[in-house]
Amino acid sequence: MASTIRVRAVAHGESTEVQSLIQHPMDSGFVKDKDGKLIPPHYIETVTFDWNGKRVFTAFWGPAVSKDPYLKFSFKGGKKGDTLKIGWSDNEGKSDETMATIL
Amino acid sequence: MSRVSIVTPAALALERRLVLQFLGVGSLAATGLASGFVPLARAAEQSLAWPKNAFAQKNEAAALAALFEKPIVVPSDKVSLDVPEIAENGAVVPVSVTAALPNVTAIALLIPENPFTLAACCQIPEGTEPAISCRLKMAKTSDVVAVVQADGKYYSTRKQVKVTLGGCGG
Repeated sequence: MASTIRVRAVAHGESTEVQSLIQHPMDSGFVKDKDGKLIPPHYIETVTFDWNGKRVFTAFWGPAVSKDPYLKFSFKGGKKGDTLKIGWSDNEGKSDETMATIL
Repeated sequence: MSRVSIVTPAALALERRLVLQFLGVGSLAATGLASGFVPLARAAEQSLAWPKNAFAQKNEAAALAALFEKPIVVPSDKVSLDVPEIAENGAVVPVSVTAALPNVTAIALLIPENPFTLAACCQIPEGTEPAISCRLKMAKTSDVVAVVQADGKYYSTRKQVKVTLGGCGG
């Protein structure tokens, strides 16, 4: 199964830069489908990043985050070969999780 | 235990194991019923609860009051906000925030003219740099407001983005 999460984490000296792209519709609840019916809100609420069991980033999102959300941040520490765990959960209770190796 | 009472079902799915360390299985049902909300500031250290109340607010002051504890927000040039002057497509507006401040614990992004004001809020643990980039939807021309929580104080910067095609109503 292909993951919904794509991550690129690169160690630069003392810090690691993380970029992630998650496949998700992020429906706002304000958009109508072709039959004129409102598409119900469906969006990621929480995204977490863990490195060596330490939480390095938490994002809380609302429906105003764009479809297939992109995120970039950096944290101190992390070296080539370390593992980063990324997980998300949405307002319908769906979730996904993946592991990425720091480059 | 007030922190535990704000755990949402979605967060439970993600961190069930962690929650089970705190609660007996029997009290999980009670957790779902509890509607008490603890502002993010109080729970900033390891809260996993999505701040439902803050995301439901329709103006800036209410959203900030729901998100943080008694926030007094002062404009600051230590917070830099990078947004386009004109967004042709309101569905995808790139936003970057960088705070030149020590001990940043959270960065919130608000769009006052959107149906719901709060767009995103990121928790910055110690060791994570206070700089984020993401992409947001904008219904129409609006300010984008970045609010940074650092050392328990709040700093903000705002910039207007002109939207030619809204991204919320389709």
